[in-house]
Amino acid sequence: MHNDAGAENMKPKLGTWGLVIIIAAIASTASVAGTFYYLQAFSRQKLVVATTTSLYDTGLLDEIEEHFEQKYSIDLCLISVGTGIAIQFAQRGDADMLLVHSPSQELKFLQDNYGVNRKIIAYNFFQIVGPYDDPAQIEGFSIAESLSKIVSTGRNSRAIWFSRGDNSGTHTKEKALWSAAGFNWTLLRDETNWFRETGSGMGKALIVANELEAYTLTDIGTFLAYSQDTSNLVPNLKALVSQEAELINVYSAIAANKTTNSNANFEAATTFTKFLLSKEGQQIIENYGISTYGQPLFYPAVELLKSNTEPIAQMIKEYGYFDGSECPPQYRYGHPELYS
Amino acid sequence: MMLRKFKPIPLIISFLMIAAIIIVIVSVEEFYEGIKGAIVLIVSADPEIMEVTLRSIYISGTATALAIIWSVPTGLVIGLGDFAGKDFVRGIFNALIGIPTVALGLILYLLLSSSGPLGFLDLFINPLGVAVGQAILITPMMISFTTSAVEAVEPDIKDLAKTLGASEVEAAFAVLKESTPGVSLAVMGSFNRAIAELGIAFMIGQNIRGSTRVLTTAIAMETGRGEIALSIALALILLVVVLSIGVLTNLLQRRLR
Repeated sequence: MHNDAGAENMKPKLGTWGLVIIIAAIASTASVAGTFYYLQAFSRQKLVVATTTSLYDTGLLDEIEEHFEQKYSIDLCLISVGTGIAIQFAQRGDADMLLVHSPSQELKFLQDNYGVNRKIIAYNFFQIVGPYDDPAQIEGFSIAESLSKIVSTGRNSRAIWFSRGDNSGTHTKEKALWSAAGFNWTLLRDETNWFRETGSGMGKALIVANELEAYTLTDIGTFLAYSQDTSNLVPNLKALVSQEAELINVYSAIAANKTTNSNANFEAATTFTKFLLSKEGQQIIENYGISTYGQPLFYPAVELLKSNTEPIAQMIKEYGYFDGSECPPQYRYGHPELYS
Repeated sequence: MMLRKFKPIPLIISFLMIAAIIIVIVSVEEFYEGIKGAIVLIVSADPEIMEVTLRSIYISGTATALAIIWSVPTGLVIGLGDFAGKDFVRGIFNALIGIPTVALGLILYLLLSSSGPLGFLDLFINPLGVAVGQAILITPMMISFTTSAVEAVEPDIKDLAKTLGASEVEAAFAVLKESTPGVSLAVMGSFNRAIAELGIAFMIGQNIRGSTRVLTTAIAMETGRGEIALSIALALILLVVVLSIGVLTNLLQRRLR
């Protein structure tokens, strides 16, 4: 190694320079890019929206974001999580607004003073999907009957049920459906040989259910997006129980309460809520997915609730209203035009 | 030195690993199909992919630059020093190399979230927050590797420099110069660990499009969304970045040796 004193002196120098150049390159790239980000992040105000996975995984919110950001200089930051975590984010002051679908959790959020100005923006249905051979023979049965059939078949080890298990809106709905059918989700959960949990978003849960040919509860939007894509991601699954009144799924927007969370960007949240309720916003919801899936994934709710003629409006009100209103007056904060 | 002995085992193992990778690629049909789609996406320089890639390099580059500032001097001090509890300190940093990214991510989330004690820094859902988190993640690794590199050259060089009349600080620099190959390995390895981690990027960054979406979080999300071609494209890019850093380290080390 040490054969020549001259080379010995040369080599370390090169080494030091190499290190200096690497550090300089990294640091300068970082600072240039950092400045770029700084400018980008602070030139527009930021609106953090915690949203349920079904609205995000289907791609609807990407489209809404594009239209919204073209119109307003607000930087929309969408966090795709389950309703349970979304509510946590807003409670901790990390999100300015929620897009969720779990009326019981939403009511508690409003009652705890964390949220204001709830507005119903869209609806669709939940579905029970399962394998094509339908080992529990639930197709065509009511929701309560289907669930008890799945339980008895599952206990005979001939069917598997997948629960989201993540406190999301779909998971809350699932627990309510089990109770309505006379079962207790917490007890069923222990029967791990057929009752399984994914703890993930809707899309991943569907992929897992497809892989194991299991039954699961899904919102129709995510299932359509996954099953009718050019490459069908869930070829083993089929919608078996749907379009029942109990399966209605209502999406609403709630702004974080400025009085309990002083950091909340309430103005931007109101702007975004109004955009979702506007003709343009409702039209995006109505048309989204038709070209790709042959039918809409979500249905707009604003006009429907105003005209209030169709039975479906009644269903939404029964399921998604609190004391006969989408947002009782004590949970409103300014902006009366939202409720006129 | 000129006559090298033929050692078959390392060669066989490295060939086997390459063969295994090729077999996996060829046998998993989705991967094969995905790669075709992926190459189209990469060649067409899809703006979203480019953005995510550059952001990944930026965030992890910043993390590495930050970590260098405190880790290399610390490693040098530990490597050169002869103080009570040195083994204990080394042991701590060695143990922390393996810290699970999700655990660190969770701790950082609770600290940085708006209602956490460091919420005022506004680092949650912020690319800089991810960079800071990754810098913390790679600090033990960089310190440990720097310490080892310094210790490997220390005795001769430090004594030699001192005999030649160098001060303590000058001697330390002489040692750092000599250990450059080892230190650069520490830096490159740390960058690779930072760019390939998922836990901190997810929990601090929350995968926001146009702000904190990086390669790893995008791969996780697109796989969940069923966009397999896109996932594979992103995974290929991540592999290329990590492997080229590895090759670069190799070249640099040869040159410096």
